[in-house]
Amino acid sequence: MATSTIVAAVFNLNRPAHTVDWHFIHLSVANVIVIGLMLLVFVLAILLPFPGSRRRETAR
Amino acid sequence: MSWLRGKDDTRPWTGGYYPYDLVKELCVATGVIGLMAVLLTILFSSPDEKPSTIAQWSRSLPQNFSTTAAEELAGTSGTATYGPPYNHNGTGQEAWILRPQKWLGVSHPIDTEKDFVVGPLEAIPGDARLTAALNEYKAASEQQKKAWAEAYAKPLEETAAAEEEEKKPPGTVTVNEAAGSVAVKPSGDAGPVPVMMERLLALAKSGGVDGSLLTSSQFFQTDYTKPLLFMADGGLLEKRAERDHLLGEQWGIMNETGSYPGQAWLWLYAVWYQIEPFKSSENADILVMMIMGVLSLALVLIPFIPGVRALPRWIPIYRLIWREHYRAIEHPRADG
Amino acid sequence: MSAEPPPSPGSWTARIREAGVRALPPDKLLPDGQPTYVASWIYVFGVLSLASLVVIVLSGSILALKGPAWWHYTSVGHFFNSIHLWAVELFFFVMVVHLWGKYWMAAWRGGRARVWMTGAVVFLVAVPTALTGYVSQQNFDAQWISTQAKDGLNSVGVGAFFNVTNFGQMYSWHILLLPIAVVALVTAHVLLVRKHGVVPPFDLEERRAALAATDSPGGGAGR
Repeated sequence: MATSTIVAAVFNLNRPAHTVDWHFIHLSVANVIVIGLMLLVFVLAILLPFPGSRRRETAR
Repeated sequence: MSWLRGKDDTRPWTGGYYPYDLVKELCVATGVIGLMAVLLTILFSSPDEKPSTIAQWSRSLPQNFSTTAAEELAGTSGTATYGPPYNHNGTGQEAWILRPQKWLGVSHPIDTEKDFVVGPLEAIPGDARLTAALNEYKAASEQQKKAWAEAYAKPLEETAAAEEEEKKPPGTVTVNEAAGSVAVKPSGDAGPVPVMMERLLALAKSGGVDGSLLTSSQFFQTDYTKPLLFMADGGLLEKRAERDHLLGEQWGIMNETGSYPGQAWLWLYAVWYQIEPFKSSENADILVMMIMGVLSLALVLIPFIPGVRALPRWIPIYRLIWREHYRAIEHPRADG
Repeated sequence: MSAEPPPSPGSWTARIREAGVRALPPDKLLPDGQPTYVASWIYVFGVLSLASLVVIVLSGSILALKGPAWWHYTSVGHFFNSIHLWAVELFFFVMVVHLWGKYWMAAWRGGRARVWMTGAVVFLVAVPTALTGYVSQQNFDAQWISTQAKDGLNSVGVGAFFNVTNFGQMYSWHILLLPIAVVALVTAHVLLVRKHGVVPPFDLEERRAALAATDSPGGGAGR
């Protein structure tokens, strides 16, 4: 329902959301993606090697 | 107060330091976040669904508008019976002996009969029939006013209830879709109320009620409480909200309009409303707020909560985080 | 003749300056090194949270320049509104990942309880900051959120003085009062991190036992 002067985005998210439903849980797909990404990023942040190991070795 | 700290044998670090440019890191981080925000903007933009107006409401749902207006006049609407901070016609929510809604009192007085119906109608000039109806209404006793209003409201409410339960309506209400008008067969003597309601519907359709409710106390206005509460008593906002998955039972607290991500961080606040006893409780809001208050305090005080503060030791995610450090200790470099 | 003012140690100014320098001498306030155990990507989520806050404040300032109606009728306005909204989503995203990391590191150890507490309060204040933003949008979302949120706030009496349907009030809280609170809390949080340093790793049992067995002085001074 944007006005005609607004430039359109690449993807139009202005339509009713799809939901993920399980028992009493009803989450929008967008929120599920966000939460999933947060968990993935957390795991990756812990597992991926951090640069500078040689400098740290010298410093120890 | 060492008992508060628990078993904390953390010693100050006396080991090595390596070069680390904090300011550069912040600049890079700001650039990264800025770029990500721009990218997300180009890909998805942001939602901006136009607000509803009382004019739109009265034109698209004239029957619903008339039902709500009748309830405002009769004093039976959601706002009319809300209690503080709008009026004294209800005690508000409570939890055991706690009644903060009642205790904090009426800070934003709203008299639905006067503010939503009689007030806007009084501003209409040059309508002799309306003036006569208003004079008759204002001269009557409170009891008479209420009886008239309820006689008009009852068939509207019964029709609305029947439609919601998908049963056959009683036939006391007819809507002229083309004209956008509503004809009501009152359940008893409705006095001047039908004339008042008919004029209010016409005023609403012209945008006059939107304007009237906003500028009623002063020219410059930034407080939209009255028009919002009037609309929220009706069905238009709820209809739009349901389409956008914003209702409570749809976990709407977490959602945004359209298919945008919303407020995922409100997940725990939203959960309580989906389960008993909160789901069907009249005091759901105060109960959930109190639970979230306690949990929020607990979040802040984690360092002092036994068990919760010890969990990171028992579930050793830290071994992964500090694996390079532990490896260096266990297998120190041979050269001295 | 002296070129500098004579010292007046009892003055409030001198006392505050000395307390500040004691707590945070310049090379502690802005160190150019970090302990060697700072070796994980999880550590960047604190600075990413700070960076997100910077983008939020900058984009919010641009929106404030032109007033609350601007973004509804110009592309540029809508662009900056979008930046502001996505920066908020990113802010909560990285801040919560930061919280998860700090929890599993038990980062309150070694006298760092206030670091954890200020951080938790930042999160709790960010939530109503976002809420006041949502109800200041002046669109359907704002209408719905304000008419719903009022019930929760009214039920605990907060609605008596904090009216989510009062746009003027909510806009003031959103662009001034709450950002000041968030920035003040974040400043306190970051200064406390600089003061105490990033929390060291847990001491492993084996290491402690090995130290005790060999009676080795390696491992550093005591508490």
